[in-house]
Amino acid sequence: MKQYLSPLALNLKPSGIRKFFDLAATVEGVISLGVGEPDFATPWVMTEAAIFSLEQGQTMYTSNAGLVELRRELSKYMAKHQGLNYNADQEILITVGASEAIDLAMRALIVPGDGVLIPDPSFVAYAACAEISGAEVHYVTTSAEHDFRLQVEDLQMAYTPNCKILVLSYPNNPTGAVMTREELLPIARFASENDLIIISDEIYSDLNYGGEHTPFATLPYMWNRTLHVSGFSKAYAMTGWRIGYVAGHPDLIQAMLKIHQYTIMCAPIMAQIAALEGLKSGETAKQEMVMEYDRRRRIMVHGLREMGLTCFEPLGAFYVFPDITATGLNSEEFAEQLLKEEKVAVVPGTAFGPAGEGHVRCSYAYSTQQLQEALTRMARFVKKRIS
Amino acid sequence: MLSEDDRRLLHILSQDCRLTAEDLAVQTGLTADYIKKKIKQWEDDKVIAKYGVLINYDQLEEDRVTALIDVKVLPQRGNGYDKIAQRFQKFSEIKSVYLMSGDFDLCLIIEGHNMHEIAQFVSDKLSPLDVIQSTSTRFILRRYKQDGIEFHGEEERPQRLMITP
Repeated sequence: MKQYLSPLALNLKPSGIRKFFDLAATVEGVISLGVGEPDFATPWVMTEAAIFSLEQGQTMYTSNAGLVELRRELSKYMAKHQGLNYNADQEILITVGASEAIDLAMRALIVPGDGVLIPDPSFVAYAACAEISGAEVHYVTTSAEHDFRLQVEDLQMAYTPNCKILVLSYPNNPTGAVMTREELLPIARFASENDLIIISDEIYSDLNYGGEHTPFATLPYMWNRTLHVSGFSKAYAMTGWRIGYVAGHPDLIQAMLKIHQYTIMCAPIMAQIAALEGLKSGETAKQEMVMEYDRRRRIMVHGLREMGLTCFEPLGAFYVFPDITATGLNSEEFAEQLLKEEKVAVVPGTAFGPAGEGHVRCSYAYSTQQLQEALTRMARFVKKRIS
Repeated sequence: MLSEDDRRLLHILSQDCRLTAEDLAVQTGLTADYIKKKIKQWEDDKVIAKYGVLINYDQLEEDRVTALIDVKVLPQRGNGYDKIAQRFQKFSEIKSVYLMSGDFDLCLIIEGHNMHEIAQFVSDKLSPLDVIQSTSTRFILRRYKQDGIEFHGEEERPQRLMITP
Protein backbone atom coordinates (compact mmCIF):
# COMPACT_ATOMS: atom_id res chain seq x y z
CA MET A 1 0.00 0.00 0.00
CA LYS A 2 3.00 2.25 0.25
CA GLN A 3 2.44 3.58 -3.24
CA TYR A 4 -0.57 5.48 -1.87
CA LEU A 5 1.45 7.38 0.71
CA SER A 6 2.50 10.96 0.21
CA PRO A 7 6.25 11.46 -0.14
CA LEU A 8 6.00 13.50 3.05
CA ALA A 9 4.64 10.63 5.15
CA LEU A 10 6.89 8.15 3.43
CA ASN A 11 10.05 10.11 4.03
CA LEU A 12 9.36 11.31 7.58
CA LYS A 13 11.98 9.65 9.79
CA PRO A 14 10.63 7.61 12.72
CA SER A 15 11.71 9.01 16.06
CA GLY A 16 15.00 7.62 17.40
CA ILE A 17 13.17 7.13 20.66
CA ARG A 18 10.70 4.76 19.02
CA LYS A 19 13.51 2.48 17.90
CA PHE A 20 14.95 2.30 21.37
CA PHE A 21 11.53 1.80 22.92
CA ASP A 22 11.01 -1.33 20.82
CA LEU A 23 14.37 -2.68 21.93
CA ALA A 24 13.75 -1.99 25.63
CA ALA A 25 10.37 -3.72 25.43
CA THR A 26 12.13 -7.02 24.68
CA VAL A 27 14.16 -7.05 27.91
CA GLU A 28 12.59 -8.08 31.23
CA GLY A 29 13.18 -6.51 34.64
CA VAL A 30 14.31 -3.19 33.23
CA ILE A 31 14.78 -0.11 35.39
CA SER A 32 13.99 2.70 33.02
CA LEU A 33 15.40 6.22 33.15
CA GLY A 34 13.88 6.79 29.75
CA VAL A 35 10.63 8.51 30.53
CA GLY A 36 9.94 12.15 29.74
CA GLU A 37 7.02 12.52 32.12
CA PRO A 38 6.50 12.99 35.86
CA ASP A 39 6.09 9.92 38.08
CA PHE A 40 3.64 11.81 40.29
CA ALA A 41 -0.09 11.54 39.78
CA THR A 42 -1.89 14.80 38.96
CA PRO A 43 -2.56 16.70 42.23
CA TRP A 44 -5.87 15.43 43.56
CA VAL A 45 -7.50 18.87 43.78
CA MET A 46 -7.29 19.04 40.00
CA THR A 47 -8.44 15.50 39.30
CA GLU A 48 -11.30 15.98 41.75
CA ALA A 49 -12.40 19.17 39.98
CA ALA A 50 -12.54 17.27 36.69
CA ILE A 51 -14.52 14.40 38.24
CA PHE A 52 -16.99 16.85 39.74
CA SER A 53 -17.43 18.60 36.40
CA LEU A 54 -18.17 15.27 34.72
CA GLU A 55 -20.78 14.53 37.38
CA GLN A 56 -22.33 17.88 36.58
CA GLY A 57 -22.59 16.84 32.95
CA GLN A 58 -19.91 19.20 31.64
CA THR A 59 -19.07 17.05 28.66
CA MET A 60 -19.55 19.47 25.78
CA TYR A 61 -17.28 21.28 23.33
CA THR A 62 -15.82 24.49 24.66
CA SER A 63 -15.17 27.55 22.53
CA ASN A 64 -12.43 26.85 20.01
CA ALA A 65 -9.85 28.91 21.85
CA GLY A 66 -10.66 27.17 25.14
CA LEU A 67 -12.83 27.99 28.16
CA VAL A 68 -12.85 31.73 28.67
CA GLU A 69 -12.44 31.22 32.45
CA LEU A 70 -9.27 29.22 31.82
CA ARG A 71 -7.87 31.82 29.43
CA ARG A 72 -8.62 34.62 31.90
CA GLU A 73 -7.03 32.75 34.79
CA LEU A 74 -4.03 31.90 32.64
CA SER A 75 -3.69 35.53 31.61
CA LYS A 76 -3.68 36.57 35.28
CA TYR A 77 -1.28 33.76 36.21
CA MET A 78 1.23 34.65 33.49
CA ALA A 79 1.11 38.33 34.43
CA LYS A 80 1.62 37.62 38.13
CA HIS A 81 4.24 34.87 37.99
CA GLN A 82 6.10 35.48 34.74
CA GLY A 83 5.67 39.14 33.86
CA LEU A 84 3.92 38.18 30.63
CA ASN A 85 0.95 40.21 29.44
CA TYR A 86 -1.53 38.50 27.17
CA ASN A 87 -5.15 39.38 26.60
CA ALA A 88 -7.41 36.39 27.27
CA ASP A 89 -9.72 37.14 24.34
CA GLN A 90 -7.34 37.41 21.41
CA GLU A 91 -3.88 36.38 22.49
CA ILE A 92 -4.21 32.97 24.19
CA LEU A 93 -5.16 29.64 22.63
CA ILE A 94 -5.68 26.45 24.66
CA THR A 95 -4.27 23.44 22.80
CA VAL A 96 -4.05 19.66 23.05
CA GLY A 97 -0.68 19.68 24.79
CA ALA A 98 2.20 21.99 23.93
CA SER A 99 2.85 19.61 21.02
CA GLU A 100 -0.24 20.80 19.20
CA ALA A 101 0.79 24.40 19.77
CA ILE A 102 4.15 23.71 18.13
CA ASP A 103 2.50 22.05 15.16
CA LEU A 104 0.00 24.90 14.77
CA ALA A 105 2.73 27.50 14.94
CA MET A 106 4.73 25.80 12.20
CA ARG A 107 1.69 25.35 9.99
CA ALA A 108 0.52 28.92 10.44
CA LEU A 109 3.92 30.42 9.67
CA ILE A 110 5.77 28.23 7.21
CA VAL A 111 5.78 28.66 3.47
CA PRO A 112 7.46 25.56 1.96
CA GLY A 113 11.14 26.26 1.64
CA ASP A 114 11.33 28.53 4.69
CA GLY A 115 14.16 27.76 7.07
CA VAL A 116 13.60 26.82 10.72
CA LEU A 117 16.50 27.08 13.14
CA ILE A 118 16.42 24.37 15.80
CA PRO A 119 18.92 23.95 18.62
CA ASP A 120 20.52 20.54 18.57
CA PRO A 121 19.99 18.44 20.64
CA SER A 122 16.35 19.15 21.41
CA PHE A 123 12.87 17.64 21.72
CA VAL A 124 12.11 15.34 18.79
CA ALA A 125 8.94 17.06 17.56
CA TYR A 126 10.39 20.43 16.46
CA ALA A 127 12.23 19.20 13.38
CA ALA A 128 9.47 16.75 12.48
CA CYS A 129 6.72 19.41 12.70
CA ALA A 130 8.84 21.83 10.66
CA GLU A 131 9.37 19.19 7.98
CA ILE A 132 5.70 18.25 7.89
CA SER A 133 5.00 21.89 7.05
CA GLY A 134 7.55 21.83 4.26
CA ALA A 135 10.32 23.75 6.00
CA GLU A 136 14.04 23.24 5.71
CA VAL A 137 15.54 22.37 9.11
CA HIS A 138 18.75 24.13 10.14
CA TYR A 139 20.26 22.60 13.27
CA VAL A 140 22.11 24.96 15.56
CA THR A 141 24.69 22.91 17.39
CA THR A 142 24.95 23.36 21.14
CA SER A 143 27.64 21.68 23.18
CA ALA A 144 28.68 20.60 26.65
CA GLU A 145 31.48 23.17 26.41
CA HIS A 146 28.81 25.88 26.92
CA ASP A 147 26.54 23.73 29.09
CA PHE A 148 24.29 23.28 26.05
CA ARG A 149 23.29 26.94 26.02
CA LEU A 150 22.61 28.42 22.61
CA GLN A 151 25.50 30.63 21.45
CA VAL A 152 24.81 33.45 19.02
CA GLU A 153 27.95 32.55 17.02
CA ASP A 154 26.55 29.08 16.35
CA LEU A 155 23.22 30.59 15.44
CA GLN A 156 25.01 32.83 12.96
CA MET A 157 26.72 29.79 11.41
CA ALA A 158 23.47 27.89 10.91
CA TYR A 159 21.53 30.89 9.64
CA THR A 160 20.71 31.39 5.95
CA PRO A 161 18.53 34.18 4.55
CA ASN A 162 15.54 31.87 4.07
CA CYS A 163 15.32 31.31 7.84
CA LYS A 164 12.08 32.59 9.29
CA ILE A 165 11.67 30.76 12.62
CA LEU A 166 13.90 30.06 15.58
CA VAL A 167 12.78 27.42 18.05
CA LEU A 168 13.92 27.89 21.63
CA SER A 169 13.31 25.42 24.44
CA TYR A 170 14.78 26.31 27.79
CA PRO A 171 14.81 24.60 30.22
CA ASN A 172 15.81 22.05 27.64
CA ASN A 173 14.83 18.49 26.93
CA PRO A 174 17.12 16.42 26.73
CA THR A 175 20.00 18.36 28.29
CA GLY A 176 18.39 20.12 31.26
CA ALA A 177 20.14 23.33 30.18
CA VAL A 178 18.64 26.69 31.13
CA MET A 179 19.44 30.16 29.79
CA THR A 180 19.54 33.33 31.88
CA ARG A 181 18.24 36.71 30.79
CA GLU A 182 21.78 37.88 30.01
CA GLU A 183 22.44 34.84 27.86
CA LEU A 184 19.15 35.27 25.99
CA LEU A 185 19.68 38.96 25.18
CA PRO A 186 22.13 38.40 22.28
CA ILE A 187 19.73 35.80 20.88
CA ALA A 188 16.95 38.38 21.01
CA ARG A 189 19.12 40.93 19.20
CA PHE A 190 19.91 38.34 16.56
CA ALA A 191 16.19 37.61 16.12
CA SER A 192 15.43 41.31 15.65
CA GLU A 193 18.26 41.86 13.17
CA ASN A 194 17.21 38.89 11.07
CA ASP A 195 13.46 39.31 11.45
CA LEU A 196 12.92 35.87 12.99
CA ILE A 197 9.76 34.62 14.67
CA ILE A 198 10.52 32.71 17.86
CA ILE A 199 8.63 29.62 18.93
CA SER A 200 9.65 29.47 22.58
CA ASP A 201 8.69 26.16 24.16
CA GLU A 202 8.75 26.86 27.89
CA ILE A 203 6.93 23.75 29.06
CA TYR A 204 9.64 23.10 31.69
CA SER A 205 9.78 26.69 32.97
CA ASP A 206 8.48 25.79 36.44
CA LEU A 207 11.10 23.08 36.79
CA ASN A 208 13.97 25.49 37.19
CA TYR A 209 16.45 24.92 40.00
CA GLY A 210 18.88 27.72 39.43
CA GLY A 211 16.75 30.79 39.99
CA GLU A 212 14.26 32.87 38.02
CA HIS A 213 13.10 31.63 34.65
CA THR A 214 13.14 34.33 31.95
CA PRO A 215 10.26 34.01 29.48
CA PHE A 216 11.66 34.96 26.09
CA ALA A 217 8.70 37.23 25.31
CA THR A 218 9.66 39.49 28.23
CA LEU A 219 12.92 40.52 26.53
CA PRO A 220 12.98 43.93 24.79
CA TYR A 221 10.98 44.00 21.51
CA MET A 222 10.39 40.22 21.69
CA TRP A 223 6.69 40.19 22.63
CA ASN A 224 5.56 40.79 19.04
CA ARG A 225 7.77 38.16 17.48
CA THR A 226 7.49 35.40 20.11
CA LEU A 227 4.99 32.59 20.35
CA HIS A 228 5.07 31.57 24.00
CA VAL A 229 4.28 27.85 24.19
CA SER A 230 3.70 26.01 27.43
CA GLY A 231 1.34 23.60 29.14
CA PHE A 232 0.39 21.69 32.23
CA SER A 233 1.96 18.29 31.47
CA LYS A 234 5.25 18.66 33.28
CA ALA A 235 4.80 21.03 36.21
CA TYR A 236 1.33 19.75 37.16
CA ALA A 237 2.02 16.10 36.23
CA MET A 238 -0.77 16.09 33.63
CA THR A 239 0.80 14.42 30.59
CA GLY A 240 -2.15 12.15 29.83
CA TRP A 241 -4.70 14.98 30.00
CA ARG A 242 -3.14 16.60 26.92
CA ILE A 243 -3.50 20.23 27.83
CA GLY A 244 -1.24 23.06 26.71
CA TYR A 245 -1.43 26.62 25.46
CA VAL A 246 0.18 29.20 23.24
CA ALA A 247 0.19 32.97 23.66
CA GLY A 248 1.35 35.66 21.30
CA HIS A 249 0.50 38.47 18.92
CA PRO A 250 -3.25 38.32 18.05
CA ASP A 251 -2.54 38.08 14.29
CA LEU A 252 -0.54 34.90 14.86
CA ILE A 253 -2.85 33.40 17.48
CA GLN A 254 -5.97 34.05 15.42
CA ALA A 255 -4.39 32.33 12.38
CA MET A 256 -3.45 29.34 14.53
CA LEU A 257 -6.98 29.32 15.95
CA LYS A 258 -8.37 28.86 12.43
CA ILE A 259 -6.31 25.71 11.87
CA HIS A 260 -7.10 24.49 15.40
CA GLN A 261 -10.86 24.92 14.96
CA TYR A 262 -10.93 22.76 11.83
CA THR A 263 -8.52 20.06 12.94
CA ILE A 264 -9.11 19.77 16.70
CA MET A 265 -12.20 21.87 17.50
CA CYS A 266 -11.17 22.37 21.11
CA ALA A 267 -9.04 20.84 23.85
CA PRO A 268 -10.94 18.32 26.03
CA ILE A 269 -13.20 20.13 28.48
CA MET A 270 -12.34 17.97 31.50
CA ALA A 271 -8.65 18.67 31.01
CA GLN A 272 -9.39 22.39 30.74
CA ILE A 273 -11.35 22.29 34.00
CA ALA A 274 -8.56 20.41 35.78
CA ALA A 275 -6.01 22.92 34.46
CA LEU A 276 -8.15 25.83 35.67
CA GLU A 277 -8.23 24.31 39.15
CA GLY A 278 -4.45 23.86 39.00
CA LEU A 279 -3.94 27.58 38.35
CA LYS A 280 -6.23 28.43 41.25
CA SER A 281 -5.07 25.96 43.88
CA GLY A 282 -2.29 23.72 42.56
CA GLU A 283 0.67 25.92 43.48
CA THR A 284 1.64 24.14 46.72
CA ALA A 285 1.47 20.69 45.15
CA LYS A 286 3.57 21.97 42.25
CA GLN A 287 6.22 23.43 44.55
CA GLU A 288 6.46 20.16 46.47
CA MET A 289 7.08 18.25 43.25
CA VAL A 290 9.73 20.77 42.18
CA MET A 291 11.49 20.36 45.52
CA GLU A 292 11.50 16.59 45.11
CA TYR A 293 12.87 16.80 41.55
CA ASP A 294 15.66 19.05 42.76
CA ARG A 295 16.66 16.49 45.38
CA ARG A 296 16.70 13.69 42.80
CA ARG A 297 18.63 15.87 40.35
CA ARG A 298 21.43 16.25 42.87
CA ILE A 299 21.49 12.49 43.57
CA MET A 300 21.81 11.78 39.83
CA VAL A 301 24.53 14.31 39.06
CA HIS A 302 26.53 13.19 42.10
CA GLY A 303 26.11 9.50 41.21
CA LEU A 304 27.12 9.96 37.57
CA ARG A 305 30.18 12.01 38.46
CA GLU A 306 31.20 9.49 41.14
CA MET A 307 31.30 6.73 38.53
CA GLY A 308 33.71 8.80 36.47
CA LEU A 309 31.44 10.35 33.85
CA THR A 310 31.63 14.03 32.99
CA CYS A 311 28.29 15.57 33.72
CA PHE A 312 27.48 19.26 33.53
CA GLU A 313 24.96 20.45 36.09
CA PRO A 314 21.51 20.63 34.52
CA LEU A 315 19.46 23.41 36.12
CA GLY A 316 16.08 22.67 34.60
CA ALA A 317 13.55 20.05 33.48
CA PHE A 318 14.08 16.52 34.88
CA TYR A 319 16.95 15.19 32.81
CA VAL A 320 20.67 14.80 33.17
CA PHE A 321 22.78 14.45 30.06
CA PRO A 322 26.12 12.85 30.98
CA ASP A 323 29.04 12.58 28.59
CA ILE A 324 29.71 8.87 28.09
CA THR A 325 32.68 9.08 25.70
CA ALA A 326 35.09 8.01 28.48
CA THR A 327 33.64 4.50 28.10
CA GLY A 328 34.85 4.33 24.50
CA LEU A 329 31.28 3.79 23.32
CA ASN A 330 29.02 5.98 21.23
CA SER A 331 25.55 6.94 22.46
CA GLU A 332 23.68 4.09 20.86
CA GLU A 333 26.23 1.45 21.82
CA PHE A 334 26.21 2.70 25.41
CA ALA A 335 22.42 2.64 25.65
CA GLU A 336 22.12 -0.78 24.01
CA GLN A 337 24.86 -2.47 26.01
CA LEU A 338 23.66 -0.92 29.28
CA LEU A 339 20.18 -2.23 28.58
CA LYS A 340 21.38 -5.73 27.79
CA GLU A 341 24.00 -6.06 30.51
CA GLU A 342 22.50 -4.19 33.43
CA LYS A 343 18.88 -3.76 32.38
CA VAL A 344 18.87 0.01 32.70
CA ALA A 345 17.17 1.97 29.94
CA VAL A 346 18.51 5.41 29.04
CA VAL A 347 17.94 7.23 25.76
CA PRO A 348 20.85 7.76 23.33
CA GLY A 349 21.58 11.48 22.93
CA THR A 350 21.44 11.08 19.15
CA ALA A 351 17.66 10.50 19.37
CA PHE A 352 17.50 14.27 19.96
CA GLY A 353 19.72 15.33 17.10
CA PRO A 354 23.26 14.71 15.85
CA ALA A 355 24.85 16.92 18.53
CA GLY A 356 23.57 14.51 21.17
CA GLU A 357 26.32 12.06 20.18
CA GLY A 358 28.55 11.14 23.11
CA HIS A 359 25.73 11.65 25.62
CA VAL A 360 22.71 9.80 26.95
CA ARG A 361 19.57 11.24 28.49
CA CYS A 362 18.71 10.02 31.96
CA SER A 363 15.37 11.11 33.36
CA TYR A 364 15.11 11.50 37.12
CA ALA A 365 11.33 11.42 37.26
CA TYR A 366 11.64 8.29 39.39
CA SER A 367 11.69 7.50 43.11
CA THR A 368 15.02 7.89 44.88
CA GLN A 369 15.15 4.12 45.45
CA GLN A 370 14.83 3.47 41.71
CA LEU A 371 17.46 6.10 40.96
CA GLN A 372 19.89 4.61 43.48
CA GLU A 373 19.44 1.14 42.01
CA ALA A 374 19.88 2.44 38.45
CA LEU A 375 23.02 4.31 39.51
CA THR A 376 24.48 1.19 41.14
CA ARG A 377 23.91 -0.80 37.96
CA MET A 378 25.31 1.96 35.74
CA ALA A 379 28.40 2.32 37.92
CA ARG A 380 29.11 -1.40 37.53
CA PHE A 381 28.73 -1.06 33.76
CA VAL A 382 30.90 2.02 33.46
CA LYS A 383 33.63 0.66 35.74
CA LYS A 384 34.28 -2.20 33.32
CA ARG A 385 34.90 0.29 30.55
CA ILE A 386 36.83 3.09 32.19
CA SER A 387 40.35 2.23 33.20
CA MET B 1 12.62 32.72 59.95
CA LEU B 2 13.94 29.57 58.30
CA SER B 3 16.18 30.02 55.30
CA GLU B 4 15.16 28.26 52.10
CA ASP B 5 18.11 25.86 52.51
CA ASP B 6 17.13 24.96 56.08
CA ARG B 7 13.51 24.51 55.09
CA ARG B 8 14.60 22.01 52.42
CA LEU B 9 16.87 20.22 54.87
CA LEU B 10 14.09 19.83 57.44
CA HIS B 11 11.69 18.67 54.76
CA ILE B 12 14.02 15.90 53.58
CA LEU B 13 14.78 14.87 57.18
CA SER B 14 11.07 14.69 57.97
CA GLN B 15 10.66 12.27 55.07
CA ASP B 16 13.61 10.06 56.01
CA CYS B 17 15.59 10.66 59.18
CA ARG B 18 18.00 7.80 58.49
CA LEU B 19 19.92 9.74 55.84
CA THR B 20 23.47 10.56 56.85
CA ALA B 21 24.87 14.09 56.75
CA GLU B 22 26.76 13.01 53.62
CA ASP B 23 23.54 11.81 51.93
CA LEU B 24 21.83 15.03 52.90
CA ALA B 25 24.75 17.04 51.53
CA VAL B 26 24.33 15.38 48.12
CA GLN B 27 20.59 15.93 48.12
CA THR B 28 20.59 19.57 49.22
CA GLY B 29 23.86 20.91 47.82
CA LEU B 30 24.85 22.06 51.36
CA THR B 31 28.08 20.88 53.02
CA ALA B 32 28.05 17.92 55.39
CA ASP B 33 29.71 20.09 58.05
CA TYR B 34 26.98 22.69 57.89
CA ILE B 35 24.32 19.97 58.07
CA LYS B 36 25.87 18.29 61.11
CA LYS B 37 26.13 21.62 62.93
CA LYS B 38 22.58 22.56 62.02
CA ILE B 39 21.10 19.24 63.11
CA LYS B 40 22.99 19.40 66.41
CA GLN B 41 21.61 22.89 66.98
CA TRP B 42 18.06 21.79 66.15
CA GLU B 43 18.39 18.83 68.50
CA ASP B 44 19.67 21.06 71.30
CA ASP B 45 16.88 23.57 70.75
CA LYS B 46 14.30 20.78 70.62
CA VAL B 47 13.30 21.83 67.13
CA ILE B 48 13.96 18.21 66.25
CA ALA B 49 12.01 16.70 69.13
CA LYS B 50 12.33 13.04 68.16
CA TYR B 51 13.34 10.73 65.33
CA GLY B 52 10.42 8.44 64.63
CA VAL B 53 9.08 5.54 62.63
CA LEU B 54 5.60 5.45 61.17
CA ILE B 55 4.28 1.94 61.80
CA ASN B 56 1.24 0.53 60.08
CA TYR B 57 -0.02 -1.74 62.87
CA ASP B 58 -2.89 -2.91 60.68
CA GLN B 59 -0.32 -5.03 58.85
CA LEU B 60 0.63 -6.80 62.07
CA GLU B 61 -1.34 -9.25 64.19
CA GLU B 62 -1.19 -6.81 67.03
CA ASP B 63 -3.96 -5.54 69.28
CA ARG B 64 -3.76 -1.79 69.45
CA VAL B 65 -6.46 0.80 69.82
CA THR B 66 -6.24 4.54 69.50
CA ALA B 67 -8.87 6.88 70.91
CA LEU B 68 -9.45 10.59 70.56
CA ILE B 69 -10.88 11.96 73.76
CA ASP B 70 -12.45 15.39 73.58
CA VAL B 71 -12.50 17.05 76.96
CA LYS B 72 -14.39 20.07 78.24
CA VAL B 73 -12.65 21.59 81.26
CA LEU B 74 -13.01 24.51 83.66
CA PRO B 75 -10.15 26.87 82.89
CA GLN B 76 -8.32 28.03 85.97
CA ARG B 77 -7.87 31.64 86.91
CA GLY B 78 -4.44 32.92 85.97
CA ASN B 79 -3.31 29.74 84.22
CA GLY B 80 -5.99 29.30 81.55
CA TYR B 81 -5.71 25.83 80.11
CA ASP B 82 -1.95 25.39 80.51
CA LYS B 83 -1.98 24.00 84.02
CA ILE B 84 -4.66 21.47 83.15
CA ALA B 85 -2.92 20.43 79.95
CA GLN B 86 0.31 19.90 81.89
CA ARG B 87 -1.55 17.65 84.28
CA PHE B 88 -2.83 15.54 81.40
CA GLN B 89 0.48 15.26 79.67
CA LYS B 90 2.05 13.57 82.71
CA PHE B 91 -0.02 10.41 82.03
CA SER B 92 2.11 8.06 79.96
CA GLU B 93 -1.08 6.60 78.45
CA ILE B 94 -1.81 9.95 76.84
CA LYS B 95 0.30 10.29 73.70
CA SER B 96 -0.80 13.76 72.57
CA VAL B 97 -2.53 16.74 74.12
CA TYR B 98 -3.93 19.57 72.00
CA LEU B 99 -5.83 22.75 72.86
CA MET B 100 -8.69 22.96 70.40
CA SER B 101 -11.16 25.44 69.06
CA GLY B 102 -14.82 24.37 68.94
CA ASP B 103 -17.19 22.64 71.34
CA PHE B 104 -14.50 20.97 73.44
CA ASP B 105 -11.37 22.50 74.91
CA LEU B 106 -8.70 19.82 74.81
CA CYS B 107 -8.19 16.81 72.63
CA LEU B 108 -6.23 13.87 74.05
CA ILE B 109 -4.94 10.98 72.02
CA ILE B 110 -4.66 7.74 73.94
CA GLU B 111 -3.29 4.40 72.90
CA GLY B 112 -4.07 1.07 74.52
CA HIS B 113 -4.22 -2.64 73.81
CA ASN B 114 -8.00 -2.77 73.65
CA MET B 115 -11.12 -0.65 74.13
CA HIS B 116 -11.58 -1.89 77.64
CA GLU B 117 -8.19 -0.62 78.71
CA ILE B 118 -8.97 2.83 77.37
CA ALA B 119 -12.48 2.88 78.86
CA GLN B 120 -10.93 1.97 82.19
CA PHE B 121 -8.46 4.79 81.96
CA VAL B 122 -11.16 7.32 81.11
CA SER B 123 -13.47 6.26 83.89
CA ASP B 124 -10.82 5.67 86.57
CA LYS B 125 -8.28 8.35 85.88
CA LEU B 126 -9.74 11.12 83.76
CA SER B 127 -13.39 11.52 84.67
CA PRO B 128 -12.77 11.88 88.42
CA LEU B 129 -10.53 14.91 87.86
CA ASP B 130 -12.42 17.88 89.23
CA VAL B 131 -11.44 20.18 86.36
CA ILE B 132 -13.23 17.98 83.80
CA GLN B 133 -16.79 18.91 82.92
CA SER B 134 -17.40 16.30 80.23
CA THR B 135 -15.64 13.95 77.82
CA SER B 136 -16.44 12.36 74.51
CA THR B 137 -14.40 9.35 73.44
CA ARG B 138 -14.02 8.31 69.82
CA PHE B 139 -12.09 5.25 68.69
CA ILE B 140 -10.11 5.07 65.48
CA LEU B 141 -11.44 2.11 63.51
CA ARG B 142 -9.15 2.17 60.51
CA ARG B 143 -6.23 4.29 59.39
CA TYR B 144 -6.37 5.22 55.74
CA LYS B 145 -3.69 7.86 55.74
CA GLN B 146 -1.30 9.16 58.37
CA ASP B 147 1.47 11.75 58.09
CA GLY B 148 0.98 11.88 54.33
CA ILE B 149 1.32 8.11 53.89
CA GLU B 150 -1.59 6.13 52.44
CA PHE B 151 -2.11 2.83 54.28
CA HIS B 152 -5.06 1.48 52.31
CA GLY B 153 -6.91 1.97 49.11
CA GLU B 154 -3.98 2.94 46.95
CA GLU B 155 -5.07 1.62 43.61
CA GLU B 156 -2.68 0.23 41.03
CA ARG B 157 -1.72 2.98 38.66
CA PRO B 158 -1.17 2.08 35.04
CA GLN B 159 2.47 1.62 34.17
CA ARG B 160 4.20 4.47 32.42
CA LEU B 161 5.66 3.64 29.06
CA MET B 162 9.28 2.63 29.36
CA ILE B 163 10.58 5.32 27.04
CA THR B 164 8.92 8.55 25.97
CA PRO B 165 10.33 11.69 24.33
